[in-house]
Amino acid sequence: MSARTIFCIGSAAVGFALLACAVPAMSAEIAPGDRRSDYAVMSRETQAMQDDDAANPGMLWVQDGATLWARKDGAAQRACADCHGDARTSMKGVAARYPAFDPGRNRPIDLEERILACRIDHQKATPFAYESKDLLALSAYVARQSHGLPITTGADERMKPFIAAGREIFNRRQGQLNISCAQCHDDNWGKRLAGNIIPQGHPTGYPLYRLEWQGLGSLQRRLRACLFGIRAEPYPFGAPENAALEVFLMWRARGMPMDTPAVRP
Amino acid sequence: MSAPLINVPARAKRGDVIAIKTLISHEMETGFRYGTNGVLIPRDIITAFRCTYNGEEIFRADFYPAIAANPFLTFYTVATASGTIAFEWTGDNGYSQTASAKIVVG
Repeated sequence: MSARTIFCIGSAAVGFALLACAVPAMSAEIAPGDRRSDYAVMSRETQAMQDDDAANPGMLWVQDGATLWARKDGAAQRACADCHGDARTSMKGVAARYPAFDPGRNRPIDLEERILACRIDHQKATPFAYESKDLLALSAYVARQSHGLPITTGADERMKPFIAAGREIFNRRQGQLNISCAQCHDDNWGKRLAGNIIPQGHPTGYPLYRLEWQGLGSLQRRLRACLFGIRAEPYPFGAPENAALEVFLMWRARGMPMDTPAVRP
Repeated sequence: MSAPLINVPARAKRGDVIAIKTLISHEMETGFRYGTNGVLIPRDIITAFRCTYNGEEIFRADFYPAIAANPFLTFYTVATASGTIAFEWTGDNGYSQTASAKIVVG
């Protein structure tokens, strides 16, 4: 046996040993009784800002969304209200079950994608860009109609494989820091990362106003920011990985009440 | 551009201390940030706020670059008479926004 072969076997053995150390016990998912909204762990001042509709800056977008809902647009010259009527009744509970399975695409789509599809198919209008003020305003207005209602995403049998795909990404180590979503949000929630409390990461209030952003943002923006934080390459807006994560996270938060537009630090 | 959100009680008793809340959509670009192209982003902020009660000024504020985006103001006044409480924001690049609310004092 040559020295080179011995070296190879040696390094392989070291590699296995490292791997054995590095692979954590499978992250335990949070028991339903232990779940808490990110609202519960933020400061009283930020909670007060969210609770008062006159002080919650997200309401500026909700108000814009109400205007857009009634505005005729596109080649079809139709407004959302022309098909869906009064959003306060027709959109009640809708955001609480999104992302929902779309039979035409044979995959789940989130609220933003549903609004974009409506815009293209029914209004014959140019689609809004992801994170544009108009798309955020409409999705905030629609999601606001589910305020206080429990999340039901994932109840559909057809969603099962997508929940599984999302869970796989949630538990996958990524980026230069080589950590998974679960290592923070399942294993270490409630502890501090620098000065901030690590939340469990339940997306109950999207689109939400982040004080850090000084504006409203979608769940996909939040996911991209998290990936950037672990020095992984963020998935592009509309990517299937983002969709799978959204599905998994909403399913993981099932039963928790919606609080769009939430305010978060 | 979205309208400001104003919160003034619709009715009050004469002599009551009432809370007024205003929230307005504005980027409040500080003028200290550089864009991804390395060029300084020019300052674009609200510089002044004024509130009048039946034409009489009851509250005024000057704004500076350290004020957060979408400024929220809350302040108090005494309900003296029925009428209109008017609000005016002015700022860089000719920015001007107004709003008003009616109050019935009995």
